[in-house]
Amino acid sequence: MSLNIIVLAKQVPDTRNVGKDAMKADGTINRAALPAIFNPEDLNALEQALKLKEMYPGSKVTVLTMGPARAAEIVREGMYRGADGGIVLSDRAFAGSDTLATSYALSAAVRKIGDYDIIIGGRQAIDGDTAQVGPQIAEKLGIPQITYAEEIMGVDNGVITVKRRIESGVETVKAALPLVVTVNGSADACRPRNAKALQKFKYAAVPSEVAADEAKQAFIAKRPYLNIGEWSAASVDADLAQCGLAGSPTKVKQIENVVFTAKDARRIENTDEQLETLIKELIANHTIG
Amino acid sequence: MTDKNNLIVYCEYEDGKVADVSLELLTKGRQLADKLGIKLEAVVAGSNLKDIEKQIFPYGVDTIYKVDDDRLYPYTSLPHSSILINLFREIQPRIAFMGATSIGRDLGPRVSSALHSGLTADCTALEIGDYTDAKTGKEYKDLLYQIRPAFGGNIVATIVNPECRPQMATVREGVMKKEARDSNYVGKVVELDVNKYTRPEDFVVEIIDRHVEKSKVNLKGSPIIVAGGYGVGSKENFELLQKLADTLGAEVGASRAAVDAGWIDHDRQIGQTGVTVRPKLYIACGISGQIQHIAGMQDSSIIISINSDPNAPINTIADYVITGKIEDVVPRLIKYYKKNSK
Repeated sequence: MSLNIIVLAKQVPDTRNVGKDAMKADGTINRAALPAIFNPEDLNALEQALKLKEMYPGSKVTVLTMGPARAAEIVREGMYRGADGGIVLSDRAFAGSDTLATSYALSAAVRKIGDYDIIIGGRQAIDGDTAQVGPQIAEKLGIPQITYAEEIMGVDNGVITVKRRIESGVETVKAALPLVVTVNGSADACRPRNAKALQKFKYAAVPSEVAADEAKQAFIAKRPYLNIGEWSAASVDADLAQCGLAGSPTKVKQIENVVFTAKDARRIENTDEQLETLIKELIANHTIG
Repeated sequence: MTDKNNLIVYCEYEDGKVADVSLELLTKGRQLADKLGIKLEAVVAGSNLKDIEKQIFPYGVDTIYKVDDDRLYPYTSLPHSSILINLFREIQPRIAFMGATSIGRDLGPRVSSALHSGLTADCTALEIGDYTDAKTGKEYKDLLYQIRPAFGGNIVATIVNPECRPQMATVREGVMKKEARDSNYVGKVVELDVNKYTRPEDFVVEIIDRHVEKSKVNLKGSPIIVAGGYGVGSKENFELLQKLADTLGAEVGASRAAVDAGWIDHDRQIGQTGVTVRPKLYIACGISGQIQHIAGMQDSSIIISINSDPNAPINTIADYVITGKIEDVVPRLIKYYKKNSK
């Protein structure tokens, strides 16, 4: 038995350790100051896919991402770690998509891929933390979903067994393929790059990355495995009314760089005397003790 | 069932008890429904739901939709989604809330996708207000403002759904206050037939094993919290915080950055994507103060910030600011507490 697995991945700005230069003076985000990374939980998802590939030889792992051509970076990264190939879904028409418009576009791309058993992605992306795109894709494709997955135990006769970690504990569930699985950050970390795969896929690219370089185009033309798919809205037959801003029911009314109502903070000098006075005060007013 | 365009809350329950997060949402829902002059409704799906309304009516709920069937508990995505999708098509709620729990975050997106309605996750505030579309100039009255930190908590966004209904939002436990309206409040109960609202194929996902673990961490109930951020610097330094917490009878919490660094378990994370707390005393150690964190602790009565950066943003909301290194300040706080407490 071999499986066709689609890994949903997103290239995200690294919002975890934002430095002081991450916000511009006018309160907008300085994207240039944030490195673009493979969304962490999508790496956990990729690992589950690669484990399945090992369990069921002949399985195929395809990384699917939506974003600018630059997002091919994470498809390559996926290939270095064991994925067979990938697709970047890229079109100006997708700009301004909320989660619903994003899931619409991605589900159109999944339909075009056509032959799939498992669609797997991270639970959520660190730039939005919504955890909505996975279930919305499942709904659009009319298939079941298993969210908060921690481990895919295996597939038997078209039935997958998955361990989920939720607030109240651990649940083991079974469901028939095809389906969508979203993976928690508590799942196994992704394996590192494989030296051979790195060698093999180093020059993999989407067409627009090599548009100005005929030599590279010729090189890739002779090696089809280096060709990362680059699909537009038209190539996945997307209805433009459902894409981008037009297809997004949610609108951003306003974005603020929050200014906290500053309290009159008391500065406590870092001296023995002042620290002891503070502790005594907190004890006296029954805050502690 | 002719009532339409009201505000509805999906209620979760476990062990016969309606979840706190659902009751908190009913409290907020009642306030907003009053403001809009509409009814507050609740929907609950599960098994053994006899008398569940007694827990729900006191929050000022006018109508409870109840779907009682053994197959609806424990929760699985498809039947619960089908119930909400079909019910919402019928009663066309203006607003729908659910908890930002593993259930609400599984269910909400599926329902919003089927209804093509906007959903905003992990809101930290919900208000009613007007909106003018900047492009078309069209004005909308009394929309739901769904307010949430975004972009890793570096900004706060106000989201609206001008055209699509219901306007859907999820909120984490502890963010809204829970307050019953009237213990004698009684609305009506509408029992729904599970077979009318679900399809047989909705029951394809089977739970074969369920292992419930009670959380050992009680951040929400702790009057004192010692929390650490990225500035704590290491797992070892977190042990210092644990010592201070043990000395004061406090719980240890953390910012997301510290959790991501692997210094402490994620169930101790405080903030928009963690737990919201309102302790008597909050000691923030090496926490810079991203909005996403502050959203989860700003209502603490007293905030002490210990940070080597005198200009850390958190200092602006702190009552006491100590500029210094964790490993230098914390042991001395322990020492002076021991010396001065009886």
